[in-house]
Amino acid sequence: MLFALEHVSCARAGRSVLADVSVDLADGTTALVGPSGAGKSTLLRLLNRLADADAGVVRYRGRDVRDYDVLALRREVALVPQLPALLPTTVEENVGYGPALCGHGADVAAALELAGLDRAFAPRRAQQLSVGEQQRVMLARALALGPRVLLLDEPTAALDAQARDAVERTLLSLRARLSAALIIVTHDMAQAGRLADRLVILEHGRVREPGEALTA
Amino acid sequence: MSAAIHPSLGQVAATLALVVIAALISAWQRADLERDIGIATIRSFIQLTAIGFVIKLILDENRLVFVVALIAAMVLFGAFTARRRARRVPNAFWPLLVALAVAGISTLALVVALGVFKAQARYLVPVGGMVIGNAMTAAAVALNRLGDDVAGAAPEIEATLALGATTGQAMRPIIRRSLRSGMIPLIDSTKTTGLIFFPGTMVGMLLAGAAPIDAVRLQLILLYVLLGSVSLAALTAVLLAHRSFFTPAHQLRELPHPAV
Repeated sequence: MLFALEHVSCARAGRSVLADVSVDLADGTTALVGPSGAGKSTLLRLLNRLADADAGVVRYRGRDVRDYDVLALRREVALVPQLPALLPTTVEENVGYGPALCGHGADVAAALELAGLDRAFAPRRAQQLSVGEQQRVMLARALALGPRVLLLDEPTAALDAQARDAVERTLLSLRARLSAALIIVTHDMAQAGRLADRLVILEHGRVREPGEALTA
Repeated sequence: MSAAIHPSLGQVAATLALVVIAALISAWQRADLERDIGIATIRSFIQLTAIGFVIKLILDENRLVFVVALIAAMVLFGAFTARRRARRVPNAFWPLLVALAVAGISTLALVVALGVFKAQARYLVPVGGMVIGNAMTAAAVALNRLGDDVAGAAPEIEATLALGATTGQAMRPIIRRSLRSGMIPLIDSTKTTGLIFFPGTMVGMLLAGAAPIDAVRLQLILLYVLLGSVSLAALTAVLLAHRSFFTPAHQLRELPHPAV
């Protein structure tokens, strides 16, 4: 099993966000679906230890995530946040940033191409790009690490319909070309259906069992 | 050098006319600072008078143990005071305490070792006070900026951590900016000294009748000493304080809400 959450609870700012969640996430592409505030992004952050659960265990390939070297885990399980948060420098430096942290070079052109951007973007200033282009640079930055798992937090939330469709096509292409597993957070059930092999539905910090009615 | 001047209490009282002008401007423009001006005036009178007696006692005794005790008290009080400016930084007191102690001790030790000043109370007390006062301001400004920048750039910091960056790597640009914020005011005032303003030591010496060249040289010594001590204080405070935003697993903690 790729990830297994066992009785995981988590609070943020004194508010319970995940309550006794137990769920398995298999290889392939999984969508975490649910309304705003359901705990999807928090669950995603637990998978590469940007946060730790207050109770319960998160396992990655059978081992407690806390038993891994946290920096190595984050390079192997790369997370692309909901909003672009790029360094105020060129696209090339942004994409090469992750590999450079551990002294490696990056195939910037290949990462950009995987993320659906032409290599001509490389010398451009990242913060002068459109939000959609910046989101793709964020994706390329994560892909440059050569991750085994890609965590995508609402990858199209900040985009208009046209840019959203383009990013979806890129993600479908990634699915076909990469051996990496994808875990995608989205509030859009239709998008989840288009992108993922299986859905995990979250509501009010709990996983909704198959067949259970959606209340939100 | 002429004899030292001896200002009377009457002369001090006369300068309150300028304080009245400040209060009138505040009242006229509704800046609501009259109370603060009054508190500042009274506090400065009480504090400086009290410290004057303490310094007189220490100079009369001329024992290093008293000097060390006074400087330790200044470091402690400075850390408490600066902490209020760094409300967004968790547990800011300890980094500030260490920063002021490092700046004070290392600077004084160095100027004594270089033969600039003798290890006597009449040199160490005023120079120590100046060093710790400026170090406090620089460390407070640097930590204030650090807290604001971490709060403002949390998504960027987490995005970098998510790529496998360590806390230090993710914080490098913010540490750089905080350090600059702490150091730039003194660097700027050092650049313009003699052109736009006359610094306090030089003014004091000229008023006391010292030769201008002596006043200038002593002022230069103090400015260069302050540049070093302020840098040390800002760097120490920022390097120690930035860790308090993170867990040992390189996770950004939930940020405290500053008291309003």
